[in-house]
Amino acid sequence: MYRTLFFVFTRIGAFTIGGGYAMLPLIEREVVNRGWISKEEFIDLFAVAQSLPGIFAVNISIFLGYKLKGIPGSIVCALGTILPSFVIILAIALFFSHIQDNVWVEKIFKGLRPAVVALIAVPCLNAAITIGLTWKTALIAIASALLIWLVGVSPVYIIIIAAAGGLVYGLNKKKD
Amino acid sequence: MLFLQLFWVYIKIGLFGFGGGYAMLSLIQDEVVNKYKWISLQEFTDVVAISQMTPGPIGINSATYIGYTAVHNAGYSAGISILGSCIATFAVCLPSFILVLLISYYFNRFKRNKYVEAAFIGLRPATVGLIAAAALLLMNQENFIDYKSFLIFGAAFLLTWKLKIHPILMIFLAGIAGIILYW
Repeated sequence: MYRTLFFVFTRIGAFTIGGGYAMLPLIEREVVNRGWISKEEFIDLFAVAQSLPGIFAVNISIFLGYKLKGIPGSIVCALGTILPSFVIILAIALFFSHIQDNVWVEKIFKGLRPAVVALIAVPCLNAAITIGLTWKTALIAIASALLIWLVGVSPVYIIIIAAAGGLVYGLNKKKD
Repeated sequence: MLFLQLFWVYIKIGLFGFGGGYAMLSLIQDEVVNKYKWISLQEFTDVVAISQMTPGPIGINSATYIGYTAVHNAGYSAGISILGSCIATFAVCLPSFILVLLISYYFNRFKRNKYVEAAFIGLRPATVGLIAAAALLLMNQENFIDYKSFLIFGAAFLLTWKLKIHPILMIFLAGIAGIILYW
């Protein structure tokens, strides 16, 4: 069982490119179709894993591992998810320091760097659209971005203040 | 000392990394580039590019890469640098472990918790700001060296946003554009 868990999550870690949410259909297929959990349970897990800090795919794998096989299961699943990225990135890190001064690699990365900024800007816009920012919440987003970018405030404080602000606002609103 | 710092920084990143990989980037950058200066902003951009090309979550990819590079840049051998990778990757997952195990006991109570829901009224828009900050911080003179950079940025933005080109294909195209434009 541990071996199956490990290999299922290794596959999930190895075949999903482009962030945690891209992993979702794959995770669902692997664990729901095997009858490990029901579809409803999976949706609940997804919602909770999403509201936790940390790496989404790792959170999901720890949840599932724990549900199926307790703490050893959670360790096995997390290791499975992490291992492919870890090995691949380590190989690149070892190799990249030898090639990074190559003229051609330099040219390639001169092209990549502005594209990377675009690849962050697009999910930002998409997130803004998905959340459905109103002028009030857009103000929170803009203020957070400017405080980090121009003033150099640590994102840690932004997160603490935003959560506290949400709590004060949300809980008072419910009393009315 | 460096190992302890790496461990602590990645615990923080794991604990405060709300809103997914992209929102985590500004957190990683603030600690790793601005505060501890383990790697330059340009190296950081390269790490993000490499993370987008390779499988796996961006949080794990960057922890593994930065853990290695930080130790290596400090002048240690490759073997010791791998230890840096292990420490950063372990540390970024540790808060998840503790939180998930705690919550598993109270799963049904946590599921529709009014405090969690209220906190997310503030957190959700803030994570959009965090992602925007990550993009803005990378728009500097190291990454945008001339007008060609802006051309690539504009093209990449439109292709990804309007035509929904896959990020990996985009990275690949941008690499080719780099070779052609800087021939």
